[in-house]
Amino acid sequence: MTGNIVLNISYVDKTFGGLQALSNVNLEIEEGKTHAIIGPNGAGKSTLLNVCVGRIKPDRGTVTFNGEILTGKEPFEINQLGVARVFQTPEIFPQLSVLDNVMIPAFASRDGSFEFNPFTLLSDETKIRDEALRVLSDLGLGDQVNNVSGSMSRGDKRRLELAMGLIQRPKLLLLDEPTAGMSRADTNRTIETLIRIKERGMTKVIIEHDMHVVFSLADKISVLAQGAIIAEGAPDEIRGNPKVQEAYLGGAQI
Amino acid sequence: MKLFKLSAKDAIMMAVFIAVVLTMPIWLKPIGAGYPDLLQKFAIFGLFAIGFNILFGLTGYLSFGHAAFLGVGSYTAVWSFKLVSMSVIPAVIFGTVLAGLFAVVIGYVSLRRTGIYFSILTLAFAQMCYKMAYSVLTPITNGETGLRVLRDDPRVVDAMFGVEQNAVPVGELFGINMQGYPGFYFCAAMLILGFFIALRIFRSPFGMMLTAIKTNQTRMRYTGFNTRPYLLVAFVISGMYAGMAGSLMAVTDPLAGAERMQWTASGEVVLMTILGGVGTLVGPILGAGIIKYFENIFSAINESTLHQAFDFLPDSIDNVVVAIISPFVGDGWHLTLGTLFVVIVIFLPGGLVDGISRIRKRFSRKSHASSTTGASEG
Amino acid sequence: MDAIFLQVLNGLDKGGAYALIALGLTLVFGTLGVVNFAHGALFMLGAFCAVTFQFMMTASKQIKDESITFFDAYKEVPYLEIWFGHVGTVLIDWVVPLSIIMAIPVMLLIGLAMERGLIRYFYKRSHAEQILVTFGLAIVLQEIIKSFFGANPIPTPAPEIVAGSANIGALFGLGDSVVYPYWRLIYLAFSGLVIFAVFAFLQFTTFGMVVRAGMADREMVGLLGINVERRFTIVFGIAAVVAGLAGVMYTPILPPDYNMGMEFLVLSFVVVVVGGMGSLGGAVSAGFLLGILQSFASMNEVKAIIPGIDQIIIYLVAVIILLTRPRGLMGRKGVMED
Repeated sequence: MTGNIVLNISYVDKTFGGLQALSNVNLEIEEGKTHAIIGPNGAGKSTLLNVCVGRIKPDRGTVTFNGEILTGKEPFEINQLGVARVFQTPEIFPQLSVLDNVMIPAFASRDGSFEFNPFTLLSDETKIRDEALRVLSDLGLGDQVNNVSGSMSRGDKRRLELAMGLIQRPKLLLLDEPTAGMSRADTNRTIETLIRIKERGMTKVIIEHDMHVVFSLADKISVLAQGAIIAEGAPDEIRGNPKVQEAYLGGAQI
Repeated sequence: MKLFKLSAKDAIMMAVFIAVVLTMPIWLKPIGAGYPDLLQKFAIFGLFAIGFNILFGLTGYLSFGHAAFLGVGSYTAVWSFKLVSMSVIPAVIFGTVLAGLFAVVIGYVSLRRTGIYFSILTLAFAQMCYKMAYSVLTPITNGETGLRVLRDDPRVVDAMFGVEQNAVPVGELFGINMQGYPGFYFCAAMLILGFFIALRIFRSPFGMMLTAIKTNQTRMRYTGFNTRPYLLVAFVISGMYAGMAGSLMAVTDPLAGAERMQWTASGEVVLMTILGGVGTLVGPILGAGIIKYFENIFSAINESTLHQAFDFLPDSIDNVVVAIISPFVGDGWHLTLGTLFVVIVIFLPGGLVDGISRIRKRFSRKSHASSTTGASEG
Repeated sequence: MDAIFLQVLNGLDKGGAYALIALGLTLVFGTLGVVNFAHGALFMLGAFCAVTFQFMMTASKQIKDESITFFDAYKEVPYLEIWFGHVGTVLIDWVVPLSIIMAIPVMLLIGLAMERGLIRYFYKRSHAEQILVTFGLAIVLQEIIKSFFGANPIPTPAPEIVAGSANIGALFGLGDSVVYPYWRLIYLAFSGLVIFAVFAFLQFTTFGMVVRAGMADREMVGLLGINVERRFTIVFGIAAVVAGLAGVMYTPILPPDYNMGMEFLVLSFVVVVVGGMGSLGGAVSAGFLLGILQSFASMNEVKAIIPGIDQIIIYLVAVIILLTRPRGLMGRKGVMED
């Protein structure tokens, strides 16, 4: 019934001060699927992603990716294994051009973590540049490639973030609220893009508040409340689950 | 010839740079800077500043200890003169390489921290080198007297070929003494080489990675880069530039003293870089040239020359003007330097190159109000 | 045992100076978020307050020397002696402690002027730019002093009554070899007093409470609608006064020259980093600790084992601390970790 498990989060605990951010979280992400994690603010969703990419070390438990233990690895090592993350607040290189922003992650996945040769010219890297241009125009940023990325609108920065994640062709893409702060039109365009890459077989974990986005994309949904997973299942099951409605929506409609 | 490939624009820039550097004795003559001692300083400090800029300009890591590498380069070069040969080639190579080795150690340790902690660590290492040069290491550095080349030094290679030395040996290359103009042209050749390497680094993916680290290091790590080796390579390259500059100092004047390692010397190269323009290619050389030029001019002025200069004014005004200016010249050169430091950081944080391009932009906007300028400076 | 006791004592007065400078440095850093490379220059300016005061007090008139009768001889007699006789002589003798009275308002003014005139424009700029601009300012200040007072150290003796040494050893039942200059004891007591005063001020006044809150969370205090900026100015003034007083009282120990600030700055920066950026207690304890360590390192027995250690001990400690405890001895999480 279940496919190949790519990411396995098992028994993860994390406390900050006295606050239990994550308690005994177990999660399995299937290959090729889009797995949404939803939950009220402060439920521990971002903490969970941070544990996955090595930003936060859990107090207990492990995260394994394709059989490799991620816990305790450096962020760049985790990325090299094929896990890319799209940040909630745009974490771009604001002084560089839009094109450079996308080329940098492409270099990381082509050359590995560290490849140094000052005697290659950036202008000779046509293959990577073409790839970056293609990804950018895919996301509707084709007309801004030479602009300084710091001066883009917030919505465009979010799309640039997405481009930086996509160009690495990661095995697993972690998206932290990819459409927050976007206009409805931009949101729909992002959903389209995400559906397209889903067809290509990229596994995705997505944290999202916007239920429209969640139900358009997710194959499976986990609900996190107060650091614990309270429900898990296909979108329709979650929609009808009274426990979720109570914890997450205070009984209101979805 | 892939090694020497440049884009058309950069090739022109390189050609112009070579022409400008080699003709310096001619075009600097009218402003009184066309003599070899000063020209050598331009080239040497230009090289030092280019190298410093590869670290500070590209990665944003502010080292306050680069003078240590300058000192290491100088001492090594003098030792090469003493033990190996009066030829400048081994001196420069040893100086550069040993400074590079020092940079590997100091960089490896210092780069474990960022921001001000990094600055303090480099400062601490440089101070240690400086203090040790005056105390425990006197057998190597000859303490306060400074290390100099003597006639009776062994010089194994020279001895093998039976080269005789004068009472005061000087560095030489294929029989040409490296003082005066030949010395300048040798330094200029090194400067051109250094500029070319810097240009290639700026135009390489490696250079882009360094800039990206400066902009957002955290993001680099989540993008799959181990940033520390990149930073270390940049640190070592810039340490080697400093070592080469230090060895050139010894080439043009074969003696070395510990004062070259003092932290004010590290401060000076920072000033050169920010004066010209941090992160720009020509800026640091420009900054180095301007500072060394004015140091030279200002130090030579004294009160009587000032009175002469303002002779045309009525006596009372003349005295006032001289009284205002005189603390800034002669021995007071450092006061000018400090004031310049403050003024530049406040009003022109982008340096002269940035200032010039801003002025140019303003003018071009006036002349063609509709045209848009988007291209950024190199 | 005697030797060790003596080294501890020797380290304490130097440590006192380090602690006082580092205290102001870390106070400014913790509240204003400014890395002030000109702080050493404030120490130097304090020392030159004492020098200036000495010049003023000893301003002299040439009068005929009556004791020499067979030719016309002149001697310089300070106006104070002419006007007040013996009282004048005593006043001149006590010039260093007395110059504290002058140094407090002068240093306060210098501090306020510096903050209003320059530092406040750099609150929002990068640490690198703060370092650069204050470094430039430090050069300017020391060059001004150099052009007025020359490059040579100027002796400013302590009052005669405390010029000798105290037999501390006898006090603690140790050998007679443990003697210690009175003035250094006074310096130690003085620095303790100033440190105590600063801490008491921060602990027991409302102003101090706001400052401490500002050090813990600057944005929060700003949100409370408290005029933070005016308080910052005063904090900077206080830091300047503390550094200045440290300088005034240090003059009998080390005749001041224009360059003394730079040397103490580098050392006290190391002290601040070792203590933990933004931690007042850390700065004080690290100041004394490093002072003592330094005087131990200059013992011949130690130098015999590791030659040259006395010159580099402080830097070595700084490197080790920074690598093993990046936040220093008492630094708080999240300070300067960008």
